[in-house]
Amino acid sequence: MVEASGQADVIIVGGGIVGASTAFFLRGRGVKVILLERFLIGQQASGTNFGNVRRQGRYLRQLPLANRSRDIWGRIHELTGSNVEFMPVGHIRFLWKEEQLAVVEKYQRDAAEYGLELHILGKEAIRERFPFIGPEAVAGSWSPHDGHANPRLVAPAFAQAAMRNGATIIENCEVLSIEKSGEDFTVETPRGNYRAPVVVISSGAWGADHAAAMGEAVPLVVDGPQMGVTEPLPYFVHPVVGVSTQVPGEVAYLRQIPRGNIIFGGVRRRPAALDERRAKYDPAGLMEQLRQIQRLAPALRHARVIRTWSGVEGYLADDIPVMGDSDKIAGLFYAFGFCGHGFQIGPGVGDVMAELIATGTTTTPIDDFHIRRFKDPARWQRTAAH
Amino acid sequence: MADPRIVIVGAGPAGTRAAELLVAAGLRPVVIDESPRSGGQIYRRPPPNFTRSHEQLYGTEAGRARAIHATFDAFANKVDYRAETLAWAVKDDRVFVQKAMTVEQIPYDALLLAPGATDRLIPLEGWTRPGCYSLGAAQITLKAQGCAIGQEVVFVGTGPLLYLVAYQYMKAGIAPVAVLDTSSLAQQLRGLPLMVARPEQLIKGAQIVSALRQGGVRVLRGVRPLEVLGDDRSVTGMRFCDAAGHEQELRCTAVGMGYHLRAESQLADLAGCSFEFHPTVRQWLPVIDEMGRSSIRNVYLAGDGVRILGADGAEVAGRLAAIALLSDLGWPIDQAKVRSLQAEMRRHVRFASGIAKAFPWPHEQVAAIPDRTLICRCEAITAGELRASVKDLFSPEVNRAKAFSRVGMGRCQGRFCGPASQEVVAAANGAPIQSAGRIRGQAPVKPLPIGITEETSRG
Repeated sequence: MVEASGQADVIIVGGGIVGASTAFFLRGRGVKVILLERFLIGQQASGTNFGNVRRQGRYLRQLPLANRSRDIWGRIHELTGSNVEFMPVGHIRFLWKEEQLAVVEKYQRDAAEYGLELHILGKEAIRERFPFIGPEAVAGSWSPHDGHANPRLVAPAFAQAAMRNGATIIENCEVLSIEKSGEDFTVETPRGNYRAPVVVISSGAWGADHAAAMGEAVPLVVDGPQMGVTEPLPYFVHPVVGVSTQVPGEVAYLRQIPRGNIIFGGVRRRPAALDERRAKYDPAGLMEQLRQIQRLAPALRHARVIRTWSGVEGYLADDIPVMGDSDKIAGLFYAFGFCGHGFQIGPGVGDVMAELIATGTTTTPIDDFHIRRFKDPARWQRTAAH
Repeated sequence: MADPRIVIVGAGPAGTRAAELLVAAGLRPVVIDESPRSGGQIYRRPPPNFTRSHEQLYGTEAGRARAIHATFDAFANKVDYRAETLAWAVKDDRVFVQKAMTVEQIPYDALLLAPGATDRLIPLEGWTRPGCYSLGAAQITLKAQGCAIGQEVVFVGTGPLLYLVAYQYMKAGIAPVAVLDTSSLAQQLRGLPLMVARPEQLIKGAQIVSALRQGGVRVLRGVRPLEVLGDDRSVTGMRFCDAAGHEQELRCTAVGMGYHLRAESQLADLAGCSFEFHPTVRQWLPVIDEMGRSSIRNVYLAGDGVRILGADGAEVAGRLAAIALLSDLGWPIDQAKVRSLQAEMRRHVRFASGIAKAFPWPHEQVAAIPDRTLICRCEAITAGELRASVKDLFSPEVNRAKAFSRVGMGRCQGRFCGPASQEVVAAANGAPIQSAGRIRGQAPVKPLPIGITEETSRG
């Protein structure tokens, strides 16, 4: 991608789905943008995740943001020129235990207040609608307007659309330091210095390091999702499939793309390292993953896994992201640490960040995600323990 | 280390010679091999009840084959031999293996990888028609089952295997229609000065070509293959450009193709070994020292899985890697023996570089694959789609192009489309081949059944 002149209205640090869509929506508001990406656009968590465009099950107070994002997903082809293989095929969460019904029913009621439509389906209904489901399932929670997309395509689609609209995007450009002097930030890279009055930190799992350098430490753990894909099979799993359970080892998920491959993941995460360009998949976890996905679709026992992968994801101690302006430095903004569920809300986050930067406020509530919640270490350590 | 746990992957010439030395040192390595019987691809053995002799099966190499088989059989009960077993991943000093519907993790103190090589292929219009095989597959059907890939066969590609397989088919009574070599006579002559490092091989090669000619097999050099003709049920012919630039067609019912070999380096990759680009063969290969030590402390590499030197070179490499492994574990080593093996190794390396010069990978032809030709058979992606992912979506290297286009994402995981995709991506970027990188290895090395169950580790 093209080399930049060094000055802009906004410099975005990190070109995942959040940074790329922030650049896109800022350009839509006529803001001059430079995006600096350490590697390639959308290569880390944004490109390696499961591809779930899922609202159901989210932290309730994140639903307004998720709804705003869902609206963008519906227009993503028109906005970016790429369909990113988005398919609003619905999302079903199966239950292994009757006791879990109360949990999904409560969530259904609560989510309805945020406009999210969910249907609880009984034993017969799930079998009628989803004949692939295994014998253990007792019920399901159906979200008809969720779906999935190809994560490898989304951040690049936003980045390319942003470039066409005049954004400057520089790949393989690591940010070495960010300093504010007077009105402007100076962002130092091996390719030279870039200056702007506004900086957005959207560097995913690397965000905590950037924030700490700006004097705002946050408790972030770096993990890698464990993902796999099967050979192509007849198209028989249409919705995105997940599990609602209290047992972490049962949290498996899968989806099938029309060309036939089934993508699966979950059960457990493995530590990833920031200094490695690639998080590694741990084959030791594969057997348990395969056992859990066979509970969801027993017919899969006859299929074969052709590939596994991982990625670098950042998890905050309270499992929700950091989003909003800095508590300390005017002109500095954060949007990172999406805790393994940034894909669906990514485009919405970009839209909200652009609105916040351009207008000074946002019509979608994001206050819960503000970095000030980590100001008092004693408080967040308690949250983490909780 | 009192009782070191050693795992060898591969029971071909390299794995056999390595295991032999470890057994002689009083160790009991685990030997993992995908085939039902040892010998590797080159000395692949038919099922036990088949009656063809070593001479019929391996021709001029019968003596070598007999020695490798006898060596392995002699120590088979002194190693933990796992036949029909796939090593599908390596991580944290453990090899992950699969046999039928069970998987197991085998921990190791030292790992010696000798997984061999597969055919290096160039996508060609019509290459997915039934009746198209790799040279290796054409040879395996003959060696293991006594079958030919067809009655009227055209062999196309380049390299010694091209001529050897054609010769073996002729000896078996199925004289090929033609041998079409992409390298020119001039190129072959350029390789001569280096190939004299192994005069016996050079003579064998010349004898094979002259025997083919005497047997009525057309041998054409400097060709450019254009298309395998036929439909989705059969092959009917082969269209190509001859050295003079004239288009020709040959009738045939099967095509065997291959352009030397491609090192099966995925396990080394998963083990974390460093790779380097080798311009003579235009391949990324694991870094090794003169003994076969990789960049990872306890991982040793030998045979065609790390350097394509052929079966004889693999035997030497297997011995050297085993000596390095033993030496690193504190065993005394015979320096004179090492020196003589290393001298032998240098001869093999010199000969192999002559072969690479004489029968070069025709990279200009690869870079010029027509847009409509399928480059990735597994995912059915054309060269044009791959180029679009480079030009429209900015893919500086093959993994990025893979993410956008799916080339290399299918069942073969880039094992067969990888080398061609590197050339196409580099050419589309107008950049040198090194810049296109290589497709990263990802487990499982080959497809793994979902219904597998795990055996408890041996500790």
